[in-house]
Amino acid sequence: MRGAKSAKWVAGAAIIALAATACGGNDKDSDSGMNSGKADPNGILTAQLSEPQNPLQPANAKESQGSRVLRTIFSGLVDYEPGTGKLVYVNAESVTPNADSSVWTVKLKPGWKFHDGTTVTSKSFVDSWNWSANVKNNQTNSSWFQDIKGYEDVHPAKGAPKADKMSGLKIVDDNTFTISLTGSVSYFAYKLGYDVWAPLPESFFKDPAAAGQKPIGNGPYKFVSWDHKKLIKVRKFDGYQGPNKAKNGGIDFKNYTTAEAAYSDLRSNNLDWIEQIPTTSLTSYKQDLGDRAIDAEYSAVQSIVPAFYTKQFKDINPKVIQGLSMAIDRDTITKTVLHGTRTPADSYVARGVIGYKPGALGDVTKFDPAQAKKLIKDGGGVPGNKISIQFNADQSHKPWVDAVCNSIRKATGVECVGDSKPDFQADLNARDNKQVKSMYRGGWVLDYPVNSNFMRDLYGTTAAGNTSGYSNKEFDELAAKADKAKTLDETVKMYQEAEQLLKNDMPAIPLWFYKNNSGQSEKVFGKIVYGQDGDPIFTDVQVKAKK
Amino acid sequence: MGRYVARRLLQMIPVFIGTTLIIFLMVHILPGDPIRAMWGDKAADPAQVASLRHEFGLDQPLWKQYVDYMGNLFQGDFGKTFGGREVIDEMSESFPVTLRLTAVAMIIEIIVGIGLGAWAGLRAGKAADTGVLIFTLIVISIPVFVLGFLARFVLADQLGWVAPNVQDSTDYAQLFLPGFVLAMLSMAYVARLTRTTFAENLRADYMRTAMAKGLPRRRIVGVHLLRNSLIPVVTFLGTDIGGFIGGAVVTEGIFNVQGVGNLLFKALQQREGSTIVGVVTVFVLVILVINLLVDLLYAVLDPRIRYA
Repeated sequence: MRGAKSAKWVAGAAIIALAATACGGNDKDSDSGMNSGKADPNGILTAQLSEPQNPLQPANAKESQGSRVLRTIFSGLVDYEPGTGKLVYVNAESVTPNADSSVWTVKLKPGWKFHDGTTVTSKSFVDSWNWSANVKNNQTNSSWFQDIKGYEDVHPAKGAPKADKMSGLKIVDDNTFTISLTGSVSYFAYKLGYDVWAPLPESFFKDPAAAGQKPIGNGPYKFVSWDHKKLIKVRKFDGYQGPNKAKNGGIDFKNYTTAEAAYSDLRSNNLDWIEQIPTTSLTSYKQDLGDRAIDAEYSAVQSIVPAFYTKQFKDINPKVIQGLSMAIDRDTITKTVLHGTRTPADSYVARGVIGYKPGALGDVTKFDPAQAKKLIKDGGGVPGNKISIQFNADQSHKPWVDAVCNSIRKATGVECVGDSKPDFQADLNARDNKQVKSMYRGGWVLDYPVNSNFMRDLYGTTAAGNTSGYSNKEFDELAAKADKAKTLDETVKMYQEAEQLLKNDMPAIPLWFYKNNSGQSEKVFGKIVYGQDGDPIFTDVQVKAKK
Repeated sequence: MGRYVARRLLQMIPVFIGTTLIIFLMVHILPGDPIRAMWGDKAADPAQVASLRHEFGLDQPLWKQYVDYMGNLFQGDFGKTFGGREVIDEMSESFPVTLRLTAVAMIIEIIVGIGLGAWAGLRAGKAADTGVLIFTLIVISIPVFVLGFLARFVLADQLGWVAPNVQDSTDYAQLFLPGFVLAMLSMAYVARLTRTTFAENLRADYMRTAMAKGLPRRRIVGVHLLRNSLIPVVTFLGTDIGGFIGGAVVTEGIFNVQGVGNLLFKALQQREGSTIVGVVTVFVLVILVINLLVDLLYAVLDPRIRYA
């Protein structure tokens, strides 16, 4: 009886699903006009943005919102090619290392202008970096300059800075300067693609606070206005000389209180791009939007990390962690609980990053309950036969934590529970103070697209991003050697070796890579292309001409 | 009357200090460091965290932070947000928005609520009365976010009568839908309250007297009955204004209204003590003043009430 009933219910569900797809089919027909018509080079794009947390100063955007605006206003020395992560020169003509990659020479393309008409020179960069690195100026990204010689003078661990200039930065002439590093970093040029390395005009230093409200940059767009919590306007900068000239007339960044509100505005064409489809619409957005739905992967990874300072994991046999990893059914969880918003991870390094190797972790990320059980048994079992995964309850982590736990429990019989912290602050607090009881949720979005960023900066013994207490001498040595390699290729290769080392030692269990589930309005011409940091390449977005 | 008001105003001082102290302590008692949280999953630089904590005075002992905060407050300085803006600027941008929304909701609540209640009260026990009771019961039992999403889905997404979100919060026409959703629940209560007092007062002695005197029905209902029945309703409306100003978080979120509710919500997420305490301080003041006004209004409605 029961069986018959559920069969009927399934049939009913199938009919609804069919109806929905039929509906989607119709929508698609009406949507296929995405590439028809003409682009208007002066059309204004409306994009979603939450209020930036900090003033719009290049080194003061730790969160994505401020960074989204800054990237339109400022251009750095280099940028990355989407998809391959290859280096592209923007304001720099060349960035070249010396023999051991410890001194870098930067040549600028001459004649670049700031939006206020002043010229971009070596001084604009050097002054900017010196100011941003200074601990007194309270820039959240100040530690990005720590590779440069003399960083400790402007940014001491304690007390007031001894100098206001880093000794490692030397101006040669108006368009040339050198950067001396404290050690060898073969991929230093890649780091230069981040927002913090932007130049600043003379006027900035007279009143940095005011400049943070009304930034003047050298980028493809010039800043127009910031109506707090409502709207930030940027417009195309006609004097821009970089390779990434704006293909639209400007962007209105509109503030939304919730993803739901933004989504309904997108559907009524009041908004041209949204950041993320609200969770409530994830199952239906592809039908709602047809080919205007965006489903793009970006370079970020989510993992669960054992706290190696706990009794449980202090002297653990890595086989046990490998076993736990193999007990997680990533395919099913990403498809069902996460509604396809993630793809299963098969490596410590996210896809799209230089040095990512498909299947680098081999069987360790494959779901195999029998093998999982065996590995855990061989490794001496999980102490206490119970693990917990700490997460913050103010974001939607609970569903997948429960699913992962369920998967582990079913496959191996190891008891697994979620350890919920009320909010992100409390979660971080427990992590920083080494109070995590068993395992915790970890996430990492790329800083620069080289595989070292996903390993050295997370699992190096002294890495600031290493909060689990993990330490592996062999890995540290290999990483140090890799950083000193002559060419980037060698570095990347050595880090790939290091990844195999980590595979046998399991500092974390990678779960999945992130995807952007988003959408665009009917006013956008062609499909929006994304960069690897998970944000659109706004300069390439075209707006349809009004008929 | 003057002495009464003066006494009430003096009573506000300890209430004010007590509530702000409690809020201040509650914000700071929560685990975690809002400055550290700016770095998110990435590693924070301890030197920079320390420098920022110093900048916002968070490295001081808690009592000193409170004393400093209150000291500045009395000079009209609400402090700064972590983003470096004056809290007073943030509030002066969002309070007018919420006040407009509150005004729209209040008007809807008063007109529809009292109207429905009076209509039902005069027909107590009849079909119209039952109809109103059932309607209000339904409204009361639906959570406000369901109502909000439903209203937007039907009126904006399906019928296309209104824009789904508030694009310009100075446009009262756009505020109508969120105002209506915000008012629904209280409107139902007001209708029920009015209906009951109307039905009760209909049987009062003075009503019989008025009818015996042969006064026109319009005057009996409009003056004698309505005025006497309004006292509990006014009390409810008074507390409701405070509720609207502070409790519109859900409605503001659904319809993208950048009001105080949102300001407070975002500040709570970021643990921005200065903004939270600032907004709540204003709430406390508003509610204290409204309570006083409501009490004074009693005397206007019922001459038997005198304050000395």
